[in-house]
Amino acid sequence: MRRRDLMLGTVSLAGAWALLAWLVHSPVLPGPVEVLRAFIREVPRGLGRHFLVSGWRVIASIALSMALAVPAGLLLGQSPRLNRIFAPIIYILYPIPKIVFLPIILLLLGIGNASKVFIIFLILFFQVLVVVGDQARALRPELIYSVRSLGAGRRALFRLVYLPATIPAALTALRISVGTAIAVLFFAESFATTSGLGYYIIVESWGRLAYPEMYAGVLAMSILGLLLYFIVDLMERRLAPWMFVKD
Amino acid sequence: MMPSAHAMLQIEDLVFAYPEGGQAPVFDGFTWQVNAGESWAVIGPSGCGKSTLLYLIAGLRQPTSGRVLVDGQRVPRPRASTGLILQDYGLLPWATVWENVALVMRIGRFYRGKAGSGLGLRPYPREDITARQVDGWLARLGIENLRDKYPGQISGGQRQRTAIARSLLQQPNLLLMDEPFASLDALTREDLQQLIVDLRRETGVTPPGASARGEALDRREGVTTVIVTHNIEEAVFLGQHILALDHAPNTSAHVIENPEAAHAAYRDQPTYLQKCTELRSALTSR
Repeated sequence: MRRRDLMLGTVSLAGAWALLAWLVHSPVLPGPVEVLRAFIREVPRGLGRHFLVSGWRVIASIALSMALAVPAGLLLGQSPRLNRIFAPIIYILYPIPKIVFLPIILLLLGIGNASKVFIIFLILFFQVLVVVGDQARALRPELIYSVRSLGAGRRALFRLVYLPATIPAALTALRISVGTAIAVLFFAESFATTSGLGYYIIVESWGRLAYPEMYAGVLAMSILGLLLYFIVDLMERRLAPWMFVKD
Repeated sequence: MMPSAHAMLQIEDLVFAYPEGGQAPVFDGFTWQVNAGESWAVIGPSGCGKSTLLYLIAGLRQPTSGRVLVDGQRVPRPRASTGLILQDYGLLPWATVWENVALVMRIGRFYRGKAGSGLGLRPYPREDITARQVDGWLARLGIENLRDKYPGQISGGQRQRTAIARSLLQQPNLLLMDEPFASLDALTREDLQQLIVDLRRETGVTPPGASARGEALDRREGVTTVIVTHNIEEAVFLGQHILALDHAPNTSAHVIENPEAAHAAYRDQPTYLQKCTELRSALTSR
């Protein structure tokens, strides 16, 4: 995405927002300028801290899920025996909306960071695991044969073939899951906690009808989502440059 | 029994059936020998076991019974001094031409300390391959200007040149090719067949990067080549000996001698066309 297009998109959205705010003419929907002012005002007053807390939680979840799901997916993808054992379990667990476990997780891990990180990890883990496993299984045998014929054993195959082959798929899974991760974070932070953007929006702002502040929180959450999107984009360009070359 | 000093490949009473298929064996009591430095072509109808034979020699498949000996030793796993060039999909799509060729160097360093030396059964590739040798082979194959391109950005012929460079970088004494030029257009195919002939003549010595530094030659005999093809002209041009396989199960090696092959000018000689006709009738009469 070019920077100019991104700016244009932001200005168009802000324009549409301003128009809607003017039409609705209610304190429930303040205009973008008022929200931006509130945002600047609120950042040093606690919004910045809530942003960092939420950002830390979601990044820790992503790192944890990638660190565990990529190797697990690779193992399942290249070992038919392991796959036979685990595939039915994953098949059953994958479609379960993991958010339903939140009350149990809160009971077990408490209301601090651990429960938030764990619930997002749980969601991302299965997404990445399934995609990486599928990708590793889909590798052409000719490619494996030719690298094995160069003297590569299992360890070298993992490092030089399976891992790079599955990076794009893992990042795509991540890109798709980032939105879900933030939505879940918002939900998990909106009760039984004292920090995070969800807490700021629901408890600190919505609860006392401070609409501009509430929208400042929404803006912060959107920035967090956008930032993560940028990071995934950047990782894709750094880790999978061959995906972007032109013929 | 000790193998003959010149036997690069000995197949004795080979029986092979795909374990997953539950079908009749592809090879049943099959015996075949290839001497060091020879150039062979293997031809036969689809499904006759040509590629299977190559995978057995490469150590990627194991015989049901019987013996497959390469350089006098069994091949329970791929042997780094056997090069394998496949029709396609052999290059890493995420690595540049240079990185693909240098893969063998990387694998060698990956297993640093574990590699043995010499040309016998060597499961790990050599540790002593240098970036300069990679550059040398890229230049020899005429693909040095493509070094930073990805396989998806180059033509089929250029991809096969990359695969050939990579195989030769590991300094093989046995080079196996599985229909390497089947997906290429006629002119590119002829160009690469010619390249194989030239390289066979040259690779009896040493890689270009090494010779530039005056390193000691570590091979005396030319590389032994086995090319699997379904193309009669290709088999006749490249195979001084042609193994004609029949529909499975193959129980004996039907060999057609073709001593004039593997010379650059052979294609223009009347004997080449005669041999093509002879091979065609040998294949159709069976």
